[in-house]
Amino acid sequence: MTFLDRIASRTPVNVSRRGFLAGTGALVLAATLPLRPARGQQAAEGGPAVQAFLELRPDGTALLKSPFHEGGQGIYTTMAQIVGEELDLAPDSFTVEIAPPGGPFGVMGGFRLTGGSASTRTSYDLMRRLGASARAMLIEAAATRWDVEAATLVTEPGAVLHPDSGRRLAYGELAADAMDLPVPAEAPLKDPSNFRWIRTPVARLDVRDKSTGQTKYAIDVEVEGMLLAAVRHAPRLGLAPTEVTNRAAIEAMRGVHSVHLLDGAVAVVADRFWQARRAIDEAQIEWGPGTSKWPMPEDFSSAGFRDTLASATGEVVQIEATGDAAAALEAAGTVIEATYDAPFVVHGQLEPPSATARFNEDGTLDVWLPNQAPEQFMTAAAAAAGIEPQNVRIHGQMLGGFFGRHFLYETANPFPQAIALARAVGRPVKLIWTREEDFLRDAPRPLGLARFRGVPGPDGPVALTAEVVGEGPTGRWYGAPPGRDASATEGISGKAYAIPNSHIGQVYVPNPAVIGYWRSVGHSMHDFMYECFLDELAAAGGQDPYEMRRGLLAGNDRLTALLEATVELSGGWRPGPYEAEDGSRRARGIAMASPFGSEAAAIAEVSLEDGEVRVHTVWTALDPGQIVNPAIVEAQVQSAVALGVSQTLLEELVYENGEPTARNFGMYPILGPDRMPAVRVAILESGAPMGGVGEPGLPAVGPAIVNAVAALTGQRIRSLPLSRHDFG
Amino acid sequence: MQLNVNGATHEVDVEPDTPLLWVIREELGLTGTKYGCGIAACGACTVLVDGQPTRSCVTPADTVEGQRITTIETVEETETGRRVVAAWVEHQVPQCGYCQSGQVLAATALLRDVPAPTDADIDDAMTNLCRCGTYNKIRDAVRSVAEG
Ligand code: FES
Ligand code: FES
Repeated sequence: MTFLDRIASRTPVNVSRRGFLAGTGALVLAATLPLRPARGQQAAEGGPAVQAFLELRPDGTALLKSPFHEGGQGIYTTMAQIVGEELDLAPDSFTVEIAPPGGPFGVMGGFRLTGGSASTRTSYDLMRRLGASARAMLIEAAATRWDVEAATLVTEPGAVLHPDSGRRLAYGELAADAMDLPVPAEAPLKDPSNFRWIRTPVARLDVRDKSTGQTKYAIDVEVEGMLLAAVRHAPRLGLAPTEVTNRAAIEAMRGVHSVHLLDGAVAVVADRFWQARRAIDEAQIEWGPGTSKWPMPEDFSSAGFRDTLASATGEVVQIEATGDAAAALEAAGTVIEATYDAPFVVHGQLEPPSATARFNEDGTLDVWLPNQAPEQFMTAAAAAAGIEPQNVRIHGQMLGGFFGRHFLYETANPFPQAIALARAVGRPVKLIWTREEDFLRDAPRPLGLARFRGVPGPDGPVALTAEVVGEGPTGRWYGAPPGRDASATEGISGKAYAIPNSHIGQVYVPNPAVIGYWRSVGHSMHDFMYECFLDELAAAGGQDPYEMRRGLLAGNDRLTALLEATVELSGGWRPGPYEAEDGSRRARGIAMASPFGSEAAAIAEVSLEDGEVRVHTVWTALDPGQIVNPAIVEAQVQSAVALGVSQTLLEELVYENGEPTARNFGMYPILGPDRMPAVRVAILESGAPMGGVGEPGLPAVGPAIVNAVAALTGQRIRSLPLSRHDFG
Repeated sequence: MQLNVNGATHEVDVEPDTPLLWVIREELGLTGTKYGCGIAACGACTVLVDGQPTRSCVTPADTVEGQRITTIETVEETETGRRVVAAWVEHQVPQCGYCQSGQVLAATALLRDVPAPTDADIDDAMTNLCRCGTYNKIRDAVRSVAEG
């Protein structure tokens, strides 16, 4: 990821006396980007503009502002664990909150988002230095208090000690003194061999509240005097409401405050959400032509779009090439050709989207909402309200799942409507999208397709070419051109196998749907395509899929170790088919992926039950290079495997006549407990630079399953999900 | 109408067919009960009605008048509920947490009625969806309570 390269070294600064917390006796540390040193100084003179990462309070607890949103991935705990390690304060002494927009929180080189499996790896050094700086200042404060050399002092969790005299001062007693000290230029970091908490399964900070219904999400936000709103969107983008023909009847319904025609939607505002929802369900709406940046063609269908991609003839923009694939194909006796595709899929985060907006008397605006990029949402909310960004306060909330749902996608986020309604009614408004509206206006993972050609050989493929056809979300939302949009090809590009002649290219075809990032993005489908085609080449070359992969990774110690660890975890490579203890016939498939700076491999065991594929066990090894919390990593892998199984077996958002045919989980089944396989996880720390954790467990799962199905049935499936195929 | 929620009687003034979910969330202000789908597909809205796990999003309020309704907020008032929550913490079950109110209540009802459930009992009782895929940890936590 290019932004990783842009992260400069950052230095914590002491902002305890800068007004906004003066008098609390708390040590408050911010971190500035040395690229812009003037900023912190200006703030120092100009008032309380510097925002704090870390407050150490007199009671010995700490408040940490996380640059990243918590949505189940355990980032709050991870952040506390890293800072706590260097500060020498137990992670459970921390309260962690989302940091507001602006200030020093753009830790990814001036900006931030919660995504790309990037949170921990981009902030690990900074968070360590933040903790180390605070610890050094507390030691310095104690040294002054006792009139001894700082070098003679040590810490234990939450306290400074003077071993010679046996004296001890808790951090809380030192916080007020430390707040007047300069931040040390280079506080020493711990030797990792002395880590007390990093690399241990520290308990998550949020599980008790989440097990007792105490956690508040955006949908639970309560603002004094607020009204509730429900919307119905036009069935297709590009249509606009012209009239609500039974408007008077709707307005007369119990609790209804008002009816509003919005951009491509109708809203009802009421005292209660259920009243608004009931009213909008009753509304008879006439739709006419409107404007949209992404108008949905009336005749759009996902099946038709798949055919469009399959037959697209545009320029093949080269992504990667080795050797001379064209010549190798030309000279080959046997060429294997295959086209693979994967469908649109919705995010299906369990918390439906919502937003609460409140205009204040001073002209400022508060917005409470789920999001993965606070600064972007602040700018967009300001634009929606027609005010300056500095007059907008964004209150990010705990996310009830995200998986890419809560990035800024035009037309997919409720907050512009909430802002418009709050302005129209002159009161705070909380807008909730029903699950049906979420399905209609989600920004789904794009339908993807790739055309492969390959030359099998006795020692592995001689040549492999792929044309990945379509559009990626980074192209759509950030203007990445074809050939430089990783999201459009990753998982087919970026593979680690040493194939002597290969050519990977993109054929750009715009997608009429509003597309988005979905957990593991391009990898979520492209690794399926590539790894399954690789098995086709193995079969054509008379090779075992595992042995062939080992051969293609010869000399790559990291991936060889990973592959072998996965096989070992599964009790030895056993492709089958074979008879299991319960009498079922089973087979196993294997696949690998290199997503988000990490490496993954998976083996899946499947059987058929009533003509449907059943996944019994997934064994998977993940090498993120280095880790912080093995329990959180394991939980993320479990979660990623579940989503990988779900999309492979079941998920497909079908469009007909420009509309999704499913509007809820009834017509769009997702993985339930009955289909969840056993998951065995091995975590490897090769020592490579830290990679991502939240997404990398997903991409290898699908191809491992589909390769297992081929081993079991002889049927090579090239189109997901498996539920649309008949296994008799 | 009058509803008995968490041991107290509440007088609520709503349309009789208002789903229990929205009465609990909006009239009583108990937000631990979650809206996920509204069509009885996910179980995020699970509450106990006379001890039975019930998907409150499709339960008209007037059909449960006079019955005992328990929401997640008081789950720890019973011994089984306390043990289930403790197991959820012990096994670090929740991820985003959004489904977990419903999961905890479903597990509590199961383990109160069937202290040593078989795998089939667990399959039958634990049907709520979790988009974060915490299913294996849920099962481990349920078993740990059973083995107590
Ligand atoms: S919200 Fe009731 S089952 Fe999903
Ligand atoms: S923990 Fe997120 S939906 Fe279950």
